[in-house]
Amino acid sequence: MTCTEFLTILDDVIDESIAADTRAEIETHLRKCGHCEVILNTTRKTIEIYRCHEIYELPTEVSERLHAVIMERCKKAR
Amino acid sequence: MSTIQSIAGQNEPHPDVALVERVRGGDLAAYDTLVRKYERQIFRIAQHITQNREDAEDVMQDAFLKAYEKLEQFQGNSKFYTWLVRIAVNESLMRLRKRRTGKMVSIDEDLETEEGSVPRDLADWAPDPEQNYSQAELADILRKTIQGLPQGFRVVFVLRDVEGLSTEETAETLGLSVPAVKSRLLRARLQLRERLTRYFRRRAGSAATQAGAPTMGIGPGVGVEK
Repeated sequence: MTCTEFLTILDDVIDESIAADTRAEIETHLRKCGHCEVILNTTRKTIEIYRCHEIYELPTEVSERLHAVIMERCKKAR
Repeated sequence: MSTIQSIAGQNEPHPDVALVERVRGGDLAAYDTLVRKYERQIFRIAQHITQNREDAEDVMQDAFLKAYEKLEQFQGNSKFYTWLVRIAVNESLMRLRKRRTGKMVSIDEDLETEEGSVPRDLADWAPDPEQNYSQAELADILRKTIQGLPQGFRVVFVLRDVEGLSTEETAETLGLSVPAVKSRLLRARLQLRERLTRYFRRRAGSAATQAGAPTMGIGPGVGVEK
């Protein structure tokens, strides 16, 4: 497997939707290619960081205010 | 045993189905439950697309009201949440259009950039790099970084990776093909990775981990499919 081939299936590797025989090829490639290993690990970490950190906070008081407005508008729309 | 449980789990109707039925029967309290369940996600999606807090708050309200009014049109072929997200995405794009005084806005704009399709910065990251920043600093870095992505990449990344929609659901929600979603997702992930490397790189590493490390010999093939 080349780096180009690895990159084209990077998403499938991250999403763990890889066939067993291809997985063995990937593992062999990663053992000898530090660059691809870094790309895989840091891309995984990128996703994890965005999943774990709330970057647009919705404070409870704002959420409650908006919730009340939504329900009031829905009540009127009945 | 676990196989039997998971198969049984797949056949169970999604809990939203019963709530939607109750709302259709006139039970507003059931809609209150649905709104509470998804309001934060809808706000986040709207904020990611409009990049404006006031607009995101308006979109959140309008999307839930529209979903309530159009609930009879919800077929149940997709999840209620996916259907709601589609409404929120459309409302967000309309809001952007208004802000840009009527100029057409689509999720297809600004996709011609080649940036990020080829990994250039191959520096490894520090272990737990987020520990080097305060919560506020980290949120600022993550916001700035994702805001720099083209709209069509950003929205795919947010729906697929942050909000957890499947590739198929993301495609359905955005009116894109599955290959187009996959292509954009890869580009989005690589661009974000590249940009975050500027902040998270391992500082005291070897020469190979510093800026200017060799570019991978990767040619075209990660292009944008429509």
